[in-house]
Amino acid sequence: MLAPTVSLRDITRTCGTVLANDRVSLELIPGQVHAIVGENGAGKSTLMKVLYGLFQPDSGQILVDDRPVRLPDPEAAMRLGLGMVHQHFMLVDTLTVAENVVLGREPTRGAGAFDHARAEREVGALAERYGLPVDPRARIGQLSVGAQQRVEILKALYRGARVLILDEPTAVLTPQEVDELFVVLRALQRDGASIVLITHKLAEVKALADQVTVMRAGRVVGGGRVADCSVEAIAEWMVGRVLVPLQQRSARAPGATQLQAHALEVADDRGLPAVRGISFQVRAGEVLGLAGIDGNGQHELLEALAGLRGPRAGRIEIAGRVVSGRDAREHRQAGLAHIPADRLRRGLVPDMTLAENLVLGRQREASHGPWLGGRALNERARGPLTEFDIRPPEPTARAAQLSGGNQQKLIAARELGTRNADAPQIRAILAAHPTRGVDLGAIEFLHGQLLAARDAGRAVLLVSSELSEILALSDRILVMYEGRIVHETTPATTDERALGQFMTGRHSPGAELTRPSPTGSPR
Amino acid sequence: MSQPRANLAAALVLGAPLVAVLAALAVGGVFIAAIGESPLEIYALMFHEAFGTGYGLGQTLFKTTPLLFTGLAVSLAFRAGLFNIGVESQMYLGGFAAALVGAYAPLPGVLLLPAALLAAAVAGSAWAAIPGGLKARFGSHEVINTIMLNFIALALVSWVGRGLFEPATVRTRDVAAAAWLPRLDRVLPALAGSPANFSLLIGLLLAVGVGVLLFRTRVGFELRALGLNAPAAQAAGVAIGRTQVLAMALSGALAGLGGVNFVLGYKHYFELEFTGGAGFIGIAVALLGRNHPLGVLLAALFFGGLSHGALVINQRVPRELVNVLQGLVILFAISAQALTARFVRRWS
Repeated sequence: MLAPTVSLRDITRTCGTVLANDRVSLELIPGQVHAIVGENGAGKSTLMKVLYGLFQPDSGQILVDDRPVRLPDPEAAMRLGLGMVHQHFMLVDTLTVAENVVLGREPTRGAGAFDHARAEREVGALAERYGLPVDPRARIGQLSVGAQQRVEILKALYRGARVLILDEPTAVLTPQEVDELFVVLRALQRDGASIVLITHKLAEVKALADQVTVMRAGRVVGGGRVADCSVEAIAEWMVGRVLVPLQQRSARAPGATQLQAHALEVADDRGLPAVRGISFQVRAGEVLGLAGIDGNGQHELLEALAGLRGPRAGRIEIAGRVVSGRDAREHRQAGLAHIPADRLRRGLVPDMTLAENLVLGRQREASHGPWLGGRALNERARGPLTEFDIRPPEPTARAAQLSGGNQQKLIAARELGTRNADAPQIRAILAAHPTRGVDLGAIEFLHGQLLAARDAGRAVLLVSSELSEILALSDRILVMYEGRIVHETTPATTDERALGQFMTGRHSPGAELTRPSPTGSPR
Repeated sequence: MSQPRANLAAALVLGAPLVAVLAALAVGGVFIAAIGESPLEIYALMFHEAFGTGYGLGQTLFKTTPLLFTGLAVSLAFRAGLFNIGVESQMYLGGFAAALVGAYAPLPGVLLLPAALLAAAVAGSAWAAIPGGLKARFGSHEVINTIMLNFIALALVSWVGRGLFEPATVRTRDVAAAAWLPRLDRVLPALAGSPANFSLLIGLLLAVGVGVLLFRTRVGFELRALGLNAPAAQAAGVAIGRTQVLAMALSGALAGLGGVNFVLGYKHYFELEFTGGAGFIGIAVALLGRNHPLGVLLAALFFGGLSHGALVINQRVPRELVNVLQGLVILFAISAQALTARFVRRWS
């Protein structure tokens, strides 16, 4: 094997209070594609930012060609031959391909005048050499997303990149564009470049990568030669097995249907289908677990169910009321509670007080006529703050001051809390990654609360990438893959390995994957 | 975060505008010294003129009044995450509407003043609701639209005014006496001779009203949530578009009412370009006052005092010094805000 171009040794980096990278080591070999996989928040992007000079490691070493280097900024990384293709392109829409590629390194002639013809010639030659079909004279704004990505790759190559870091490059591409990208990457690989592929799609890892490193909660938890790793093994590493003590749970016959999706289709931000015809029901006193690897449509499904994204087709019912196409308030009024996946963006207003955050979403029920605020609001917060052991239990502290675990408890206290007389009759609960990034004690507590809600007769839809969580809490389990439900089972009749196979679309009855039944829920 | 640290952080947040003012005065002092004058003497002179005599104080309060309205208007929109740069024209139209009602409406005396005030609020409100609606419906940026509407309002009033204004002037007929807002020296003889009038009291009441709205009502809660984190507000069932239109409409109403200080309280007629940039200084007032009604009041008083104090230093230093000071305060207020935010983040 060739000597590594780049070695990362024991890289540690904290972001805020989170240990985003914990002694991460990595070697990049010329002519190889190295996949870095992990769920959102596993620390992949942080690691790449360290490698690209955007973040400084707290400790650890970076070696390029066996020499220790410091990368104070991306400029230094570029000089050493490290190039990055960001998920969100950094291109000037109104300039041409050639102008974008040479930007900052423009070829000049005579008295420093920009040599347009030479730029186009050089970029054209570079594109041809690596088989990147793109017209140097085209304007960026007129190009497809796939073509724009090729321009980003050209930009890195023009700056002499030997190591190409691609941050979830296929997330924005259509399937055809993915195939085209793979052709390009293989050409670069043959040419001796090291390619880093950040992804959470395991099919891509298998199709393209030579080496794989699996990250979880900031640490490398597995990896090796892709040929030696099964997709199931990689999936198991990714989702991990946090030891969650099984909660005592009462046997309970589920009641009436409280949350129902019928033939639901939802598009993603680009208008491409993300949820492709899903039907399911969650009944009172039941936890329905939805397992799946991030990016298989769960995000769009949850947003649709919460009233934050209009479905393209299909119907949503909450406690018998059809709410599809209505806004979040009507979903809530019908009896929905929602623990969003992204707590700082959707779940909380960090600059508001704990008392204010505890009323968010219930402001109509909690107000007295037009009035809301002041001492009454702060007093109202004391119950939930103690009940959910949120620290500090100060109604006037700002939510931003809390640790991640306490922020999560704050949201749970609001959405699950039963103590507040002004809470409407909650019928159904969407719990998205309710324990992500939370310490073990809080996990146990939150699981207990979710089960208590179930026992109180609520319908709980639990979306999680933690299989252990799904298995520990669910009464029934659905597996989502590429926007469809591909499997239904119960915790008693399945295990992590079996679920992992369905989650990665590798289960043998392939007919389920390619021809789902009209309801999307094959039996 | 420990309690003393929390207190310190709070003190920093509150103290930052004060630091900004002091820093601006210090740098301004360098300019004054460069001209060959004593900064302390000049500042003392200004202070005495602005606050030292009853008449001077009255003048300062008169100049504070429109800034209070426009500062409140800007800050209310800002709380909802909207930047209302159209306060100038909303105030302008408010004053125009008040004059039209006060001078031409055939209403009985007791109704005339309330009707003129209402007209001012409605005119400003309607004008601000346009960019609010465009933002809510099409997502078009309110900054661009409010700037454009500033020009349109100016032209519109001039055009309507051609057939309306008194011969050979650029002003309306006088407002009927029943629609006048009385001068403050009627109840506070110390302010004798100054044009400060009851508009100030309306402004103070509105400042309290804005505070109550923001911090004690559900509408204010939704408005602040929207401004601080729109995706979370959406998830909490806040009707984003409707709240945006409402915030702009209320902001415009405040600005429109600000026009009555001149029209109903001072000259008793509408005159072209009477606002004189008070709408734009309102942005600085909101910034320095940290979008809090009490802060806005203090900031308006500061800028009002600066404006009136400038009159007496004319012989010794160029009047433009006051513009320099205004600019410096804004500059320092912005940096102080960023700096304290960084400190507070690091400590919490």
